[in-house]
Amino acid sequence: MYTQALNTAETDDRGLEDAAKAAQFQTRIDAEERIEPNDWMPAAYRKTLTRQISQHAHSEIVGMLPEGNWITRAPSLRRKAALLAKVQDECGHGLYLYAAAETLGTSREELVDAMLAGKAKYSSIFNYPTLTWADIGTIGWLVDGAAIMNQIPLCRCSYGPYARAMIRVCKEESFHQRQGYEIMLTLCRGSDEQKAMAQDALNRWWWPVLMMFGPPDATSQHSDTSTKWKIKRFSNDELRQKFVDATVPQAQYLGLTIPDPGMIQDADGHWRYSEIDWTEFKQVLAGNGPCNRDRMAARRKAHDEGAWVREAAASYAAKRAQRRTAQAAE
Amino acid sequence: MATPNTPLWEVFIRSRNGLAHKHVGSLHASDATMALQAARDIYTRRGEGLSIWVVPSTAITASDPAEKGMMFEPAESKIYRHPTFYEVPEEVGHM
Repeated sequence: MYTQALNTAETDDRGLEDAAKAAQFQTRIDAEERIEPNDWMPAAYRKTLTRQISQHAHSEIVGMLPEGNWITRAPSLRRKAALLAKVQDECGHGLYLYAAAETLGTSREELVDAMLAGKAKYSSIFNYPTLTWADIGTIGWLVDGAAIMNQIPLCRCSYGPYARAMIRVCKEESFHQRQGYEIMLTLCRGSDEQKAMAQDALNRWWWPVLMMFGPPDATSQHSDTSTKWKIKRFSNDELRQKFVDATVPQAQYLGLTIPDPGMIQDADGHWRYSEIDWTEFKQVLAGNGPCNRDRMAARRKAHDEGAWVREAAASYAAKRAQRRTAQAAE
Repeated sequence: MATPNTPLWEVFIRSRNGLAHKHVGSLHASDATMALQAARDIYTRRGEGLSIWVVPSTAITASDPAEKGMMFEPAESKIYRHPTFYEVPEEVGHM
C-alpha cells in the first residue's frame, strides 16, 4: 500500500520518541522484517531514507541528460533505439523511486522543488560531460555497472517500498550494462581511432566511477546508523573493491588499459587500486564539477517549460469533475 | 513558487491471463485517462501486463498495522477451520 493518508496521523509522536517503540523497531529490523509506510519508525530512519531515496531518484532523472546528449547522434538506428529505451528506463527508475520516497510522507513535488532549488543532491557522476560516442558505451558499462553493484544489496533494504523499487530497477539495469559493453566491444574491434576513443573515455570515467561508491569507510558520515537499520548491507569500500575486481577482467578482454599504473593484484586475487583523489569528489559535490551548472539549468528549464502542461492537465481534470457534478445534480 | 501537487494513483496489473490484478506501485496524474497512459509507460515497458487498473490513492481505506494483532486474532485462534484439525483413519485413504 503506497497511500500516505495514514502517515499524517503519526506526525505527533515524531518529536518525543518512545524508547520502547524504538527498541521494538530495532527488534523487527534485526529479525529481517520489512518496514512498511504506515508502520512506526524513528524520525531519523524516515529522514535518512527520504534523503537517500530522493537523491537516488534525482540521480536517475539528471542521469538522463548526459546520455540524452547522444540520442540524435547515435551511429546507427539500432544504437539509437537502444539508447532511447535506456534513457526512458532511467526516467522510469526515477519515478519508481519518487513513489517510494513519497511513502515516507514528503510529496514528489516538494522533493523535486528541493532538487531544483539546489537543496538536494544527485550523484556526482552526472556532472561529467559525454564528449564522444565512446562515453555512452563507458557509462553503460561502468556507471551502470557500479550502480548495479550498489543497488543489488538495496533489494534487501529494510524499507519495503525502496527494496521493491530496487528489484524492478535491477532487472532493467542489466540491459543497460550489456548494451554499454557491446558499444565498447565494437569500438575496440574497430579502427585504431575507434579504439583510442574507447581508451580515452575509460581514462576520463575510471576515477569518477570509483568515487560513485562514496567516501572511504573511515570518513563516511552516514554508514553506522544505515548499517544498524539494514538500509546498507555493505560498506562503500567493500562495494568499490567488488566492482574493481569484476571490472578489471572485462577491461582486459576489451584490450583497454585501466588508467591506474599502480594497480596490482594481491595474493587473494583482489585488484588493489591507487589512492583516490577525494578533493576532486568534494569539488564536484560542492557544485564545481565540469557540468553542475549545465545540469541544473537543464532541469530547471525542463521544469519551467513543462509548467503549462501541468496546468492544462489540472484545469482539464477540474473542468471534467465540475461537469460530472453538474450532470449529477440535474 | 512551489509546484502544485498532482493526485496520486495506485496501479494494479494483470500480468497473465488467468491471474488477478496485483499492486505494482503508484504514480501521479491529473485524471484517470492520463493515469492509465502513465501506468502503461512506467510499469509495462517489457510486456509485464495484459490489463491495468488505476485507483485514486485517496479511495483506499487501509487497516492500521498497529492494530494487526487484534484485527487478525480471530483467524489465529480457530484451528478447527483447517482440514488438518480433523482425524481421518489411514484406511479411508486420501480425502
